[in-house]
Amino acid sequence: MQHIELHLIDYVILILYFVFVLGIGWALRRYMKTSTDFFLSGRSIPAWIAGLAFISANLGAQEVIGMGASGAKYGIMTSHFYWVGAIPAMVFVGIFMMPFYYGSKARSVPEYLKLRFDEKTRGFNAISFATMTIFSSGVSMYALAKLFEILLSWNFHFSLLVSALIVLAYIFLGGLTSAIYNEVLQFFLIVLGFLPLTFLGLKDMGGWDGLKAKLAGVATSHGYAAGTWTESWNHMSTAASNPMGVEWFGMVMGLGFVLSFGYWCTDFLVVQRAMAADSMSAARRTPLIAAFPKMIFPALVILPGMIAIAIEFQSGGSGFLPKQADGTLNYNMAVPAMLAHYFPQGLLGLGLTALMASFMSGMAGNVTAFNTVWTYDIYQSYIRPGQSDKHYLWMGHMATIFGILLSVAAAYAASKFNNIMDMLQLVFAFVNAPLFATFMLGMFWRRATGHGAFLGLISGTVAAALHHGLTLPVGAPVGIKGGWIGSIVHSYPSEMAQNFWTAIFAWSVCFLATILISVLTRRVKTDEELKGLVYSLTPRIKDPDVPWHRQPAMLGLIVMAAAVVLNIIFW
Amino acid sequence: MNLDIRLPIGLMFALVGAIIGVFGLLSDPAIYQRSLGININLWWGAVMFLFGVVMLFMARRAGRKT
Repeated sequence: MQHIELHLIDYVILILYFVFVLGIGWALRRYMKTSTDFFLSGRSIPAWIAGLAFISANLGAQEVIGMGASGAKYGIMTSHFYWVGAIPAMVFVGIFMMPFYYGSKARSVPEYLKLRFDEKTRGFNAISFATMTIFSSGVSMYALAKLFEILLSWNFHFSLLVSALIVLAYIFLGGLTSAIYNEVLQFFLIVLGFLPLTFLGLKDMGGWDGLKAKLAGVATSHGYAAGTWTESWNHMSTAASNPMGVEWFGMVMGLGFVLSFGYWCTDFLVVQRAMAADSMSAARRTPLIAAFPKMIFPALVILPGMIAIAIEFQSGGSGFLPKQADGTLNYNMAVPAMLAHYFPQGLLGLGLTALMASFMSGMAGNVTAFNTVWTYDIYQSYIRPGQSDKHYLWMGHMATIFGILLSVAAAYAASKFNNIMDMLQLVFAFVNAPLFATFMLGMFWRRATGHGAFLGLISGTVAAALHHGLTLPVGAPVGIKGGWIGSIVHSYPSEMAQNFWTAIFAWSVCFLATILISVLTRRVKTDEELKGLVYSLTPRIKDPDVPWHRQPAMLGLIVMAAAVVLNIIFW
Repeated sequence: MNLDIRLPIGLMFALVGAIIGVFGLLSDPAIYQRSLGININLWWGAVMFLFGVVMLFMARRAGRKT
């Protein structure tokens, strides 16, 4: 891979971006008067801004680098993360769940759990979530510093500390509003920074048809059918016929249902953006507006990865993609290699700035979610309740500082693990997969009790850990990849298949355990208390007389129809 | 909120677009070998400049109304 050399013009663009990011924080600092301003943007964000922030907060390291890597490794099947995973879940959270999140006036996802169930369920969720945000933000920082070290020979500690300080500064100054505004800026930067890459790459390959022909060679050289890299569904009848090693059922249930719904519907990182919206209608439209750009993101993040592997194959393994220590291709370098390959100085500065923006938005999303959950759900609930609003605003500022400090510590810890993505997926599956079962039962079954929810969550998490400990992907060593309990009950064809099935088990166990324990325990909350929290006890929201493009249900239908069409086109 | 987000976004992209576009005009054509011979700086700079101006225009129009 070419080493990237930056010129003056590239630095100018990077520095200009930093100036604007910090400037936005500075301009917003005087509006941060109450804790609601700081943690929830005073619930005053218009739908389109909340929507773009919703998707941008999720655009962290995993998205740009990880999806590009998957595009190279698995081809267009990676689009399942979007057109089967994210999109239906985003429609669901907008239409069915947002009325409870926004309508209950809960200030966070854990607080909703407290209102709906009880204190211990909230506590469990708050603490596990806060830990996870620190971990993710640390991983994001680590990935950024590592990448810039490899690409530009920048000092690892320097990149890490500079990015941490910038994120710290703009959140400290302008709270969630600053994070959201910067996420919108980052969104446009990422789109405008990566679009020319897709354009040049596709043109170079001779369009989609040309790329298809070249990827057929990649597929057959791996021993798969020629269309495996360019057809998303055709090769999913068995796990053995595609590089993901997943069959359609495990994919639809594990990724499409459990993991995606678990993430988009219950992760406060994204839900917080919708909670900051200026009205119920805006909150419901937030994920739906986000779904439109999300749908075309595969063209920006997956396609460059697919082109990268085509170039690597075409050049006969000349090292377009660098190799890892064990001799396999380092897929994570697919997108950076593409930037270096196609972008001249000038645009290269823009591309790298976009890359940096994606890492920083991922980081900032985690930090704002952390400071809110810490302050409202941990500090105000267990450590010092009953203080003045000013005190909690102060705490929010402090939480931003030590949240960043802990993330930096996590970043250094992450540098000790080889495969950070696996760790993330693992934690995600253990904690988040059962969570969606709890929310589904909480929102749609009034009989679900606090004990049921809490013990259900615990059993789900334990089930995830047990499943992971008793199974192993083929060829993987025992340990972090699974099988650590001692005996291996089942071998999966790939790690991804194992992850999906871990999620399916966790969700099912949580779902059944919650029902069973709820039936056995006494209901504490009355119908009156559950009003606004449970579907059957909440008056239906009538969409007022607004044009069709402002109606959540209509938007949801359009999004779903478009996703179906995309699936069919690339079948 | 008293800050229209379209203002900083418009300003930044108008600036970045102008800088990259002008750089495209002045730079040595040899550097565009890797971008398939297309002066991508000039073209994409112009696109971003235009995007920035549209954002600024929208912010201004909204600002007048209130």
